[in-house]
Amino acid sequence: MAQTVFAPWDDPQQKPLIQFVGVTKRFGDFVAIDDLTQDIYEREFFALLGPSGCGKTTMMRMLAGFEAPTEGSILLSGQDIAGVPPNKRAVNMMFQSYALFPHLTVWDNIAFGLRRSDMPKDAIAARVEEMLKLTRLSKFGRRKPHQISGGQRQRVALARSLAKAPKLLLLDEPLGALDKKLRQDTQFELMDIQETTGTTFVIVTHDQEEAMTVASRVAVMDEGRIIQVATPEKIYEAPNSVYVADFIGDVNILEGTAKANGPESYAIDWGGAEPATATSARPFSDGQKAHLAIRPEKIAISAERPADAANAVQGKVLDIAYLGNLSTYHVELPTGQVIKAQSANTRRVSRRAYTWEDPVWLSWSATAGVLLES
Amino acid sequence: MNRLSPFNVVSLTFGFAFLYLPMLILVIFSFNSSKLVTVWAGFSTKWYGTLFQNEAFLDAAWVTLKVAVMSSTFATVLGTMAAYVLVRGGRFMGRTLFSGMIYAPLVMPEVITGLSLLLLFIGIGLDRGVMTIVLAHTTFSMCYVSVVVSSRLATFDRSLEEAALDLGASQFDAFRLVTLPIIAPAVISGWLLAFTLSLDDLVIASFATGPSATTLPMKIWSSVRLGVSPEINALSSILIGIVSVGVITASLMSKRHAVRVRREEQAAQRTA
Amino acid sequence: MRRAVLIAVPYLWLLALFLVPFAIVFKVSLSDTALAIPPYTPTLKDGFSALISGLDFENFVFLTQDDLYWKAYVSSLQIAFVSTIVTLLVGYPMAYGMARAPEEWRPTLMMLVILPFWTSFLIRVYAWVGILSTEGFLNQFLLWTGIIDTPLTILNTNWAVYIGIVYTYLPFMILPIYAALERLDESLIEAAEDLGCSRMQAFWLVTIPLSRNGIVAGCFLVFIPALGEFVIPSLLGGSGTLMIGKVLFEEFFANRDWPVASAVAVILLLILIIPIILFQRNEQRQQEAEQ
Repeated sequence: MAQTVFAPWDDPQQKPLIQFVGVTKRFGDFVAIDDLTQDIYEREFFALLGPSGCGKTTMMRMLAGFEAPTEGSILLSGQDIAGVPPNKRAVNMMFQSYALFPHLTVWDNIAFGLRRSDMPKDAIAARVEEMLKLTRLSKFGRRKPHQISGGQRQRVALARSLAKAPKLLLLDEPLGALDKKLRQDTQFELMDIQETTGTTFVIVTHDQEEAMTVASRVAVMDEGRIIQVATPEKIYEAPNSVYVADFIGDVNILEGTAKANGPESYAIDWGGAEPATATSARPFSDGQKAHLAIRPEKIAISAERPADAANAVQGKVLDIAYLGNLSTYHVELPTGQVIKAQSANTRRVSRRAYTWEDPVWLSWSATAGVLLES
Repeated sequence: MNRLSPFNVVSLTFGFAFLYLPMLILVIFSFNSSKLVTVWAGFSTKWYGTLFQNEAFLDAAWVTLKVAVMSSTFATVLGTMAAYVLVRGGRFMGRTLFSGMIYAPLVMPEVITGLSLLLLFIGIGLDRGVMTIVLAHTTFSMCYVSVVVSSRLATFDRSLEEAALDLGASQFDAFRLVTLPIIAPAVISGWLLAFTLSLDDLVIASFATGPSATTLPMKIWSSVRLGVSPEINALSSILIGIVSVGVITASLMSKRHAVRVRREEQAAQRTA
Repeated sequence: MRRAVLIAVPYLWLLALFLVPFAIVFKVSLSDTALAIPPYTPTLKDGFSALISGLDFENFVFLTQDDLYWKAYVSSLQIAFVSTIVTLLVGYPMAYGMARAPEEWRPTLMMLVILPFWTSFLIRVYAWVGILSTEGFLNQFLLWTGIIDTPLTILNTNWAVYIGIVYTYLPFMILPIYAALERLDESLIEAAEDLGCSRMQAFWLVTIPLSRNGIVAGCFLVFIPALGEFVIPSLLGGSGTLMIGKVLFEEFFANRDWPVASAVAVILLLILIIPIILFQRNEQRQQEAEQ
């Protein structure tokens, strides 16, 4: 049986859970969200990624009901939710600061939302126990928030916001307060819980690695607009703009003019000794300005010119950043431009082939880079 | 900073001696058996005895206590409301005037506040007595309460209230179940501050009262204008004693609480 | 709806019991004395137009003619100013010492500064009567040590008023300065010394400027209430001590001249507006700096 890929956004039959329709949000003169239209589907793990001030938090707060759109509408299961106050929405939020009530125990924190509904007492108790178990906190129910560690607090906040089984869970920088190692473990835990509960998650983050790890789709935002929405692989491998390419991971950009030299293949005159060859499904007219974006790990470094490479340039090693598993070489070209190339350290450092000031060849295939309009 | 220089030690010693010696002398000489208050003639507690037989003092103390409890309670309710409006109310008509009216009484000379309230009470033909003192004290102490509470509210993590709303609580429930329990210490210190201010006030009460009600500070005042009296020394010592016990207990409790919280936090990080 | 009630209740309370009374004070200051109850004319009973036409600035003119009043204002300003400076000179070294004390002592020292604040103001002023009188403890002590051979007259002079103000308002000076000094980063002093400052220079060039807001706040917190002080000049001062709070009180209760008392209050308020605005600005600047 073929594994069905989870991609409701490609299925025209699917109805979105959330629809932003022409939403604009202004605070005074400041435009936080600029005419934004976007669908989010059920069971999705949707990440809003962008620098601070890009409007991602505003989008989330509009979903929670703490802000109202200035123009446009937000639909939840087809219903406009404008005017529905936050306490009447089937949407829960996990706050960046966790916002755990310091005067209540872990148990009472989780039960807080359930007690606001007309759920019977023993059903509440059962649900709280279930949530404690889900987040591996059963031992800590009677503690106060200050009596548990940061990672445990994060899980209490998650349990509390999931307790009411919301249609949609919003996570505002949920892992921002954790140290790096704990953050990585927690990312996987978060994905597990999302899968177990089948809840739709919308996560706000400025950490691209986190967005790539957890999300089914990532929306890269800038200045109140969504620049690109796609799966993590597509965002990384096929960014639609220099902004996205530059924001996600490390990238080298060669700026020049394109000229068709075959079907879906172009020669880019970027000022080097010879033009670079790159394939692109997106059409470019002759003489059009283009940016060729190439990830450092897709550029090979060698002492001799490789015989079969589509693109090769010579330069000299300017700097070497040793990262343990990888090394990044900064190579200066005769044009003065510095290109980053990455290679895996499969050998011990002492036997490394090149060092500072060494002349080297950089090479990449025609499909390695992405050709972007300027 | 640390490391006290000799200069620091000297200034602290003399400073605290200056602050405490007068009160200490007062307390010691309240146990003096002589009526001549500046000459020590042997230990005696007789002035405490005569104090407790002095009906006028006891009556005044009772009036003062009533006024203080009522006015500080009203002031706490009104002041907390005012603080909430100031910090969370957003914009509304006349907000500047409102915050001005909250801060002005704090720096207003008591003689002016007292005079203006007296003119009001006479203007509207209110019988002056316990009720008018309560009104006067509530008005100026609510401003103190609101300053104490609003400085707590200003540092209050707003996402706690949002979390309560997000979990389905109404605005009022969010205040009752989340905000109020967390700011409770500030509200309580606001009440205590209002209570002490009322207990202490001479000038405003003198203006606001009529012949029917005399407060303890007014009684003390009319007696000390004639000079030092051993009975007043005894009364002062009692008041100083109550305040000292209260303040020392409160600060010990808060210190112990802080130590406990810190220890628990450390324990939580270690077991994690 | 609920929000409207929340705003309206404290708002109306303050309007009725703070702002309206001031309007009345202002109105009475423009009225004339009368042998009636209340002892001024015109009143609202006389009808609105009679009320307006009956108001004049006679009382203010009177205040400028009788030199008792303007001398009282000048002397209040002078006493408040001098006591503020003395309080600063006493309070700053204490706040500085507190900030340099070991961390575990600080809450206790803080409590020792706050405790007098909770103790009755009247009692603390009264405590000095027994100390400063001719046969009081201070004179006894000085005679015993042989520094003087005839008792000094301190009580019922301006000296006693200065001592009283410094004593009672000292905590108001210490607390803001201590708050500023406690926040001061020790490494700034170290940096100054590292860059060649002597201890003393580092103090003048780093510590003092960085505690400036605390100093300004403390000075206003002493100066403003001291200006309108009534209890201290009445209890410790003599017949020669002129302070405006005392004059107002006597004008009102002894002479029963309400219009003049109100005019005195209006002028006092006008004088106070300047330091109050300066104080507010200092506080605002400090809040902005913290954000």
